[in-house]
Amino acid sequence: MTRHIRHAACFCALLLVALLVNATRIQVVQAGSYDDNPANRRNSIARYGQPRGDILVDGAPVTGSRDTREQLRYERTYADGPLYAPVTGFASQEYGTTFLEHSEDDVLSGTDPMLSGFPLWNDFTRSRPLGGDVVTTLDRAAQRAAYDGLRGRKGAVAAIEPSSGRILALVSTPSYNPAALSGNDATVGRSWARLNGDADKPMLNRAVRQTYPPGSTFKVVTAAAALDAGVVTDLDAPTDSPVPYRLPGTTTSLTNASDGCEDLSVREAFKWSCNTVFAKLGVDVGVDDMAATARAFGFNDRALRIPFSVAQSTFDSSLDRAQLALSSIGQYNTRATPLQMAMVSAAVANNGQLRQPYLVERIIRAGGATVSTAGSLPARQAMYPATAARLKELMTEVVTEGTGTNAAIPGATVGGKTGTAQHGIGNAGTPYAWFVSWAQGERDMEAKVAVAVVVEDAEADRGEISGGGDAAPIARSVMEAVLNPGSKSGG
Amino acid sequence: MTNAGTTVVEADAPAPAVRLPRRRGIELALIVLAVLLSVYGYCDVGLAKNGTVPPGAAGYGAGLGVLALLAHIAVRLRAPYADPLLLPIGVLLNGVGLVLIYRLDLETPGDRAAPTQLVWSTLGIALFIVVVLLLRDHRVLQRYAYVSVAAAMALLILPIFFPSVNGARIWIRVAGFSIQPGEFAKVLLAVFFAAYLAANRNALAYAGRRVWRLQLPTGRVLGPIVAVWLLSVGVLVLERDLGTSLLFFGLFVVLLYVATGRTGWIAVGLLLASLGAVAVGWLEPHVHNRVEDWLHPFASIEAGQGPNQLAQSLFSFAAGGMLGTGLGLGHSILIGFAAKSDFILATAGEELGLAGISAIILLYALLVERGYRAGLALRDPFGRLLAVGLSSIVALQVFVIAGGVTGLIPLTGMAMPFLAQGGSSVVTNWAIVALLIRVSDSARSQYDGEVGP
Repeated sequence: MTRHIRHAACFCALLLVALLVNATRIQVVQAGSYDDNPANRRNSIARYGQPRGDILVDGAPVTGSRDTREQLRYERTYADGPLYAPVTGFASQEYGTTFLEHSEDDVLSGTDPMLSGFPLWNDFTRSRPLGGDVVTTLDRAAQRAAYDGLRGRKGAVAAIEPSSGRILALVSTPSYNPAALSGNDATVGRSWARLNGDADKPMLNRAVRQTYPPGSTFKVVTAAAALDAGVVTDLDAPTDSPVPYRLPGTTTSLTNASDGCEDLSVREAFKWSCNTVFAKLGVDVGVDDMAATARAFGFNDRALRIPFSVAQSTFDSSLDRAQLALSSIGQYNTRATPLQMAMVSAAVANNGQLRQPYLVERIIRAGGATVSTAGSLPARQAMYPATAARLKELMTEVVTEGTGTNAAIPGATVGGKTGTAQHGIGNAGTPYAWFVSWAQGERDMEAKVAVAVVVEDAEADRGEISGGGDAAPIARSVMEAVLNPGSKSGG
Repeated sequence: MTNAGTTVVEADAPAPAVRLPRRRGIELALIVLAVLLSVYGYCDVGLAKNGTVPPGAAGYGAGLGVLALLAHIAVRLRAPYADPLLLPIGVLLNGVGLVLIYRLDLETPGDRAAPTQLVWSTLGIALFIVVVLLLRDHRVLQRYAYVSVAAAMALLILPIFFPSVNGARIWIRVAGFSIQPGEFAKVLLAVFFAAYLAANRNALAYAGRRVWRLQLPTGRVLGPIVAVWLLSVGVLVLERDLGTSLLFFGLFVVLLYVATGRTGWIAVGLLLASLGAVAVGWLEPHVHNRVEDWLHPFASIEAGQGPNQLAQSLFSFAAGGMLGTGLGLGHSILIGFAAKSDFILATAGEELGLAGISAIILLYALLVERGYRAGLALRDPFGRLLAVGLSSIVALQVFVIAGGVTGLIPLTGMAMPFLAQGGSSVVTNWAIVALLIRVSDSARSQYDGEVGP
């Protein structure tokens, strides 16, 4: 019997050893795959177990965290949700993250290894560092001015500091309050369904994720290409452009919104936005030089990150001459985001040098120590400095005498270009009103701000005037907010 | 023996009577350690969850300490030669179980299980003391073999008359307490099997016909025991308590093997068990689901229904890793239903890590080993079989439930001995430890005053 008791004891020992081996299997060998299983709520619990880092504008947070005492403990709050939604995006427990909340998620949620003071310390203590804060380049007053200017209409504003590429304002309307998506209860699901079903697409970030035909504002690019290529040497020489201009190789004729464009000089044609002159100019420059200049301004670049991705603005490089003529006045296949047009304006204002736009100035740890700064991003020469100087002249005249007088600011040099873009089948849609501009205060060494405004549902006739009438005042108030901080539009 | 001036022991003289060390001091020291560890765990939970030592810490420690001390005194009085490890292991496991249940109570404010569990632990230790004090010789139990089996059958059948709870008809409700009579039946059946096999083992092993290479026992001898076993397993299948069926079957096979030494029985037993398992797994949807869950623990996730209990349990263990998150810092409550009972080990796994799980399993292993050691040291077959049976109950039960929640075998509902919430289980386990104490006392005291083993 003793022998059999020993056998039975071995059997029991075997059972318990099997348990130990199996425990090692699931707790050590396969633990990683179990931990990373998306159905495992522990990652979410840890993620929402501490307040999320904040996004700062002008030193003050525009986000916050609310302690719900639920299993997923902290929920995102937004101080001025609709105003900053195109920048912050949302941080939802149910639907993930977008825009800065997405691209800076590692920092905000505290998983970025830069945030822990000592390497491996948090691995050792099994804690995660507090979320870091993201300091944006936004100008609170400019953002507010742009948002107020667009109020009640569909459109977008992008503003850049030309000398650095810092994005000063990024607004899209109609907007939404991202706080409605923060939590995980039933109301969040309803908000999600409502926002996605809304015909006005409030969650669409029109400033960076929507491309529009740029219309006449693209004439800045065409003019730059013509000057750089030497097609135009004298701004005041007549251009030998017929009205109407018959598109090469077709029977279609192009006309102008205003009279008296025939044989006008480039200076006057720019001031009065003559389609015929610039369509012919684009054809004279040729598709290669036009595309090269457009590319230098940032068109056809799918890699731009600010740090979230920006929709690609396009200038088609395989065009016949008729298509090139239309493309040169910002129609046909030419499409641009408002941010792209702000970059065009900024390059002109910055002597032809284009600074890559960016939104994140600094990352700081919860304690306030700076972890990283934006540093200097690459710049490229979009055109010759001489070309930029002449374009500045042209754009200034648009505001002082031409179609853009609504953008004039006393005591500052303002350059601008209006645009009214046809779109829809047979150009039947309400045209988009555009205005791109830059401004330099009289005491400033350099231009302080470059703006692009697009208004989708401008209330005017299909005249060139709508760019100046609807979009220019918005651009002016944004530029004023940057030039005169704290003077007029408080916040 | 001694010449003048010399102390040389003559070589051929009989060995002197040695008084065996009783080791009660060791037991006391280990009990103090066990109580301190439990109180430490209790305080740790409070500190981790609320940042303060829980208000009941002193009372809890004192309560557990007094209970353990009373048990120790009973052992000192009536079982002075008992194995010194058994009682401290019981105290430690019970204490850790209370800590884990208290810890989970903090996540479910509406359902406080720890106080009830403490009451049941008190009852269990009281039963322990009663058994140690009153049962002077384990061989007395041999006389009550048929009373035991009758009582066991009654206990097993009783819950059929009560409403089913969570799909299993194994509970009865008396005065607000849920009792699981099947738990008590385990000990009674072990007593019966041990007594019957001790009396009839020779007949089982050597009488009867030989078919091919298999020695079949006579129906007269085997009949009652198979009948009892079939009845008990049948009742449990009716009550859908498959873990206990498995336990009874394992106990039966182990004891039959130890009693007769016939390997053939094991083979036949395993074959029958496999056939039964396949048949039940095929026919019974409840069991079929369990097998499916075991084979594909993440099927419900892939189906978009979220993780099931087993998947949550695996996540829990994985989250613990090597060293665990620390008491009070895990999220094993995600398991939901039965987190405090069947799945209690997952909490230990997450918060104490592989280190803690290994320690707990080794504690059980030690308990089983001490039981087997007592069985080996005894001379009477009933005592040996009883010790082996009781120890095997613990080992099998730990394997069935721990293997179930860690995905080693299909999950069957059963209480982790001492750790899990469940009054009947705690009381039964204390009875098992009391009987092992009694048996180990007999095993060692028989050598007192003789040549040591």
